[in-house]
Amino acid sequence: MSAGTLAAVIGATVVAAACLAAVVALISRQRAEASRLVAEVRLIVEANPAHRVTAVGGATDLVAAVNALADRRETAQAEVARQVAAARTEIEIERNRLATLMSELATAVVVTTNDGRILLYNAAARSLLGDADIGLGRSIFTVIDRDLVDHVADRTRQDAASDVVATAVHGEQLLQVRVAPAHAPDGAPLGYLLLLEDLTDRIADEQRRDSSLRTLTEVTRAALGSIRAAIEAVGGYPDMTEDERSGFLAIIGDETQRLGSRIEQWVDEESPGSGSAWSRTEVAVADLLALTARSLERTTPLTVTVEPAPDLWVRVDTHAVARAVVHLAGRLRDRSSISSISLSARATGRQLQLDTRWVGGPESGEVEEWLGESTSGGPSVRELIDSHGGSAWAGHDASGSYLRIVLGSVGEAPRPKDPVVLSSDSRPEFYDFDLFDREDTPLADALLSDLSYTVFDTETTGLYPNAGDEIISIGAVRIVNGRLLRGEVFDRLIDPGRSVPAASSKFHGLTTDDVRGQPPLSEVLRDFERFARDTVLVGHNVGFDLQFLRLKEEQTGVRLTNPVLDTLLLDAVAHPDHEEHSLEAIATRLGVEVVDRHRAVADALVTGEVFLGLVKVLHAGGIRTLEDAVNAAQSTVHARLDRSMYGD
Amino acid sequence: MRVLIVDDEPNIVASLDFLMRKAGYETSIARDGDEALSQAADVRPDLVLLDVMMPGRDGFSVLTELRRTQPADLKVVMLTAKGRPSEVARGTDLGADAYVTKPFSTTDLVNLVGDLLDGRAP
Repeated sequence: MSAGTLAAVIGATVVAAACLAAVVALISRQRAEASRLVAEVRLIVEANPAHRVTAVGGATDLVAAVNALADRRETAQAEVARQVAAARTEIEIERNRLATLMSELATAVVVTTNDGRILLYNAAARSLLGDADIGLGRSIFTVIDRDLVDHVADRTRQDAASDVVATAVHGEQLLQVRVAPAHAPDGAPLGYLLLLEDLTDRIADEQRRDSSLRTLTEVTRAALGSIRAAIEAVGGYPDMTEDERSGFLAIIGDETQRLGSRIEQWVDEESPGSGSAWSRTEVAVADLLALTARSLERTTPLTVTVEPAPDLWVRVDTHAVARAVVHLAGRLRDRSSISSISLSARATGRQLQLDTRWVGGPESGEVEEWLGESTSGGPSVRELIDSHGGSAWAGHDASGSYLRIVLGSVGEAPRPKDPVVLSSDSRPEFYDFDLFDREDTPLADALLSDLSYTVFDTETTGLYPNAGDEIISIGAVRIVNGRLLRGEVFDRLIDPGRSVPAASSKFHGLTTDDVRGQPPLSEVLRDFERFARDTVLVGHNVGFDLQFLRLKEEQTGVRLTNPVLDTLLLDAVAHPDHEEHSLEAIATRLGVEVVDRHRAVADALVTGEVFLGLVKVLHAGGIRTLEDAVNAAQSTVHARLDRSMYGD
Repeated sequence: MRVLIVDDEPNIVASLDFLMRKAGYETSIARDGDEALSQAADVRPDLVLLDVMMPGRDGFSVLTELRRTQPADLKVVMLTAKGRPSEVARGTDLGADAYVTKPFSTTDLVNLVGDLLDGRAP
């Protein structure tokens, strides 16, 4: 071959190689492009119907077509969703009514599956048992013994209708628990219905009264002993000296006087005969008058005037009061020409005096008779008020005649109860009947969509746990059965025992003053461990948070052994061709609204929504179980880089 | 001066009768509410020692009637084992001049009767 030909051949080879390289580059760019397109289409199909593919490089026709299809699909989906929603609304309304009724009950109610998983509870249960133990999907056996439930199961095998009452200790509370089995219409056991009541105060009261009564009995016996002995001495020995006689008489006088005061003291302390404590409630005097007026208006045509009431609260049986006044009003209407009455109240000593007044009409003698009559077949007004530790009588003065009732005990306004907070969406989050059908599978094989999660986020004083930075806030929310339970959040501030640098305050808005006096990390972590028990922990860039927690294990004595998933890594798995894996970026991609960033609970909520979206995307990509997810996360590039954060 | 003693329990009547006579008063006795009213009409006492808990007509009913039928300057002292504050309020409201719960000091009672009959407030 000649040099020229060789040069030409080499030249051609180089050109060919360059062309080949260009073609390969083009193909691989197109491959990358195609793979990105595939990922974005998947995103639209699985997680975010509002997402649209962006055109980069060529294939703009394809992109336009895909987006047009996505538009059509979104419209069609919206229409279907609207129709389904309309059809479902009625059922939801009924369910919500039941749930809301349950939630308003003053008695704590919990419904569990056969194996003790909570699937319904009301606000009273939550406030009785605390947010660390009560929650959907959690086990009731942190509150009551498994034995008790087994015992109920045994009893119902013998007698289907029986329910069992037992006591349980929960922390410092003594609870009365009534357990009844629930059955499906075909008789299959469904779960358990529990009614819980706090007996702690009641038991303490009863024990105190018993002990006090015993003491009084003993004191009385002793006094009578001394008196009797002295009397028998005087009676049996009439020829004793004057001094001896006066001595014994003094003993008798002394003992009777002491016994008398001891009894007064007991009466004062115990107010016996105050009637059944169970029927008494605390009510503002103004409300009591209004209640009674309403009862009157409902039952008699008399005009009722209510005088302004003193700003007091009274512990009283409101029904007994209403019943007494209504009975009297009925008589007034039937047996006289009285057409209007007035109600007024004031404190007298420790009790409440409630007057029902009228002008003219019957004399007090006649009214007194009415007080002795039976009210609607039951006890008379006098008996009714008497059994509640009060008195009722008819009287008259310059302003006219009255029925006067004195009863109850007047006191300060009681502590306000925790307000019931209902979430803003229409479905209350304290029940989930789907949990009835759930079975237990080993964790690794469990479907991501079935598992329960605790999504959490922390705020800290800085980025370096090894250099003295501390956690100052933990926020968390639970996911059960694919639902983010906004009503079951964990939201705590922590006193870090040091100042919060201004730089970090700018970031999360918490100052040294905000966290001073808050509980220490060990206490909050103990509560958090209970809150997150039996769930998978989820967080964004969770290695950072875990670093802090691991370093504090020895100090706090709390070791979290839950499996952990990181939404940052999961996003890298789901969207490997995207560069941005920040929480905002993923949220935007998945159509999650981001509000109020950098408050721990708010971040936990966003992370939770993001996680739910990612689970759907991963599911489409073949990652379905926890084991799949953990393996995939570990093998991403980021995981390799961050190995030092996770440790092993 | 005459004191009418009204109580269904003979043991306390015996002591009260003895005490009032020793204090220099004339005494009359009634064992229930109706007898109390007819005795009051007959003997026109200056002061009544009135028990609350009696079978049939109780002390409050007697008190109301006495206030209706007897002269307004009749003094009435209620004596009772029922010490409930609402009962005391009731007695005062219905016109009792004093309300004494058992057990009481007899010296105090005699002084109280003396004060009331002298026109002094209790």
